[in-house]
Amino acid sequence: MNHVQLVRERWIRRSLLIATGISAGAILFIFVLLVYFCLPLITSGGMSSVLSWQWKPFAGEFGILPMCAGSLLLSVFALGLAFPAAIGICGFATVLAARSLARFTLVLVHFMTSIPTVIYGFVSVFLLVPLVRDWFSTGTGFSFLTAGLSLSLLILPTIVLVFHARLQQIDPALRLAAEAMGLTPVRQFLHVLVPAASRGLVVAAILGFGRAIGDTLISLMLAGNAPRIPDSLFDSIRTLTAHIALVLATDSQSMSYRSVFASGLILFLLMGAANFFIRRMDRGPGENRYENGR
Amino acid sequence: MGIQKRRVDGVVILAVCFFFGLMQGVAFCGALDGFSGLEGTIAIAGGTAHIPVMNDAAKNIMTVNPGIRITVEGGGSGVGVQKVGEGLADIGNTGRALSELEIAKYGLKSFAFALDGVAAAVHPENPVSDLSPQQVRDIFAGSITNWKAVGGMDAPIHLFCRDEASGTREVFWEKLLKKGPVAATANIVASNGAMKVAISQDKNAIGYVGIGHVDQSLKALKLEGIAATQENAMNGSYPVVRKLYMNTRGEPSKLVRTFIDYVMGPECADIIKKYGYIPLK
Repeated sequence: MNHVQLVRERWIRRSLLIATGISAGAILFIFVLLVYFCLPLITSGGMSSVLSWQWKPFAGEFGILPMCAGSLLLSVFALGLAFPAAIGICGFATVLAARSLARFTLVLVHFMTSIPTVIYGFVSVFLLVPLVRDWFSTGTGFSFLTAGLSLSLLILPTIVLVFHARLQQIDPALRLAAEAMGLTPVRQFLHVLVPAASRGLVVAAILGFGRAIGDTLISLMLAGNAPRIPDSLFDSIRTLTAHIALVLATDSQSMSYRSVFASGLILFLLMGAANFFIRRMDRGPGENRYENGR
Repeated sequence: MGIQKRRVDGVVILAVCFFFGLMQGVAFCGALDGFSGLEGTIAIAGGTAHIPVMNDAAKNIMTVNPGIRITVEGGGSGVGVQKVGEGLADIGNTGRALSELEIAKYGLKSFAFALDGVAAAVHPENPVSDLSPQQVRDIFAGSITNWKAVGGMDAPIHLFCRDEASGTREVFWEKLLKKGPVAATANIVASNGAMKVAISQDKNAIGYVGIGHVDQSLKALKLEGIAATQENAMNGSYPVVRKLYMNTRGEPSKLVRTFIDYVMGPECADIIKKYGYIPLK
């Protein structure tokens, strides 16, 4: 390597380091800011009021636990719907479908990622909400179920694309061997490919979960936003993100406004935890031997 | 040929310019005189109900005075207070009176310029069209849960409310519900528009919107025979009304002051009426 290349490499490395430093610093700064805004809550003893089950701002109760529960319930529900569907789509695109059809499916999934969330939201308001209300003839249609269905549609492409990318990384020799042993395509997928890419499956699920818990518009537009624990699928719920959006739009100095920062901190920590698990999965013991280039 | 055509174009352009000049003279003489000689920018943010009025006023001013730039953003009452308080906007709009905390923290001054009524509203096909205030209170408290109890069909009542800090919610809760309880099961929507969509799609729904937002997609309920109209809000017979405010931090600058005077003046009164609100002067 000649001198010019060496210098260039050094500069590339430096600029990358600076870019990394800036993004890491920004994240740290956001965290510090959230904690700073939450400090008055902690020191004034307001935290116990915020970590309770009652949200009645005019009675002085600012509990955000129903929203935490709402966020978790909705995300788990959406993931429960989207995850099996995503595995099915990946199986279809990897082993079952003809090449052109598989490509078409993937193009479709790619297209789904480019649809803005608000479109899922308002189309659901006009199509899904009346359907849910009429079919089950209970509740208003703005419900846990409606939001969960739309949200699962939103996170589906994320899961499909991440998992499919992992499947592509699997050593082709593995599939050849499976083929040679006379496994049908479905069995190849279920018993060879999926186990070989199992960690990719976990990463895809966690990314999908993170997307679901961070989404604001779908729950804001469809879930009904009643701040309480739902009794059934047809009840209205409120998520942390929708709560933040609702309070922030109209308030500025009250206790409810400050509770928003606690909501933000909880969301931040949840997302952090999800990412932490992804890292753990990627670095865990027993490095996967079947994936190429790893 | 080409030269001739160009000349004709020139004549047309001149004529158009002349025509517009004439129009401007007719339309804007007087009310906009205060802006002559003024330059600078006005940033406006906050209450979404204010936006159409602010936009029209800004357009009129900027058409005559190219030296003045006015930007209008939404965000809601809370954002309005925040932005004007932090000096990020010159005027912060709110659909509610400022809290003492807000005034004390930022030293804000309020200018009320319009009145907006809030009406309880149901689906147009709902046979119920007149309720007593007590019935409305019972419905929103969750003690009446079937439309049959107030003379409607045998169907459950679907409650829709606005978020806790919305200006529309505040006036409805104070003036009609008398700060009474609201059922925890009520659905919460984020804007007047979302409320309209929710009610217009659900035959069993009840909610409330600014009177300016009432159209054929939903039915505004009468209160013991008094229709929720701008006229009744203005003459005081319909009680559920709120004011729309512009707020500045401390005394407004000359330009901002002129803008506020313009919005509160006679020419803007027509704009305010056009969007369904009632000018205060």
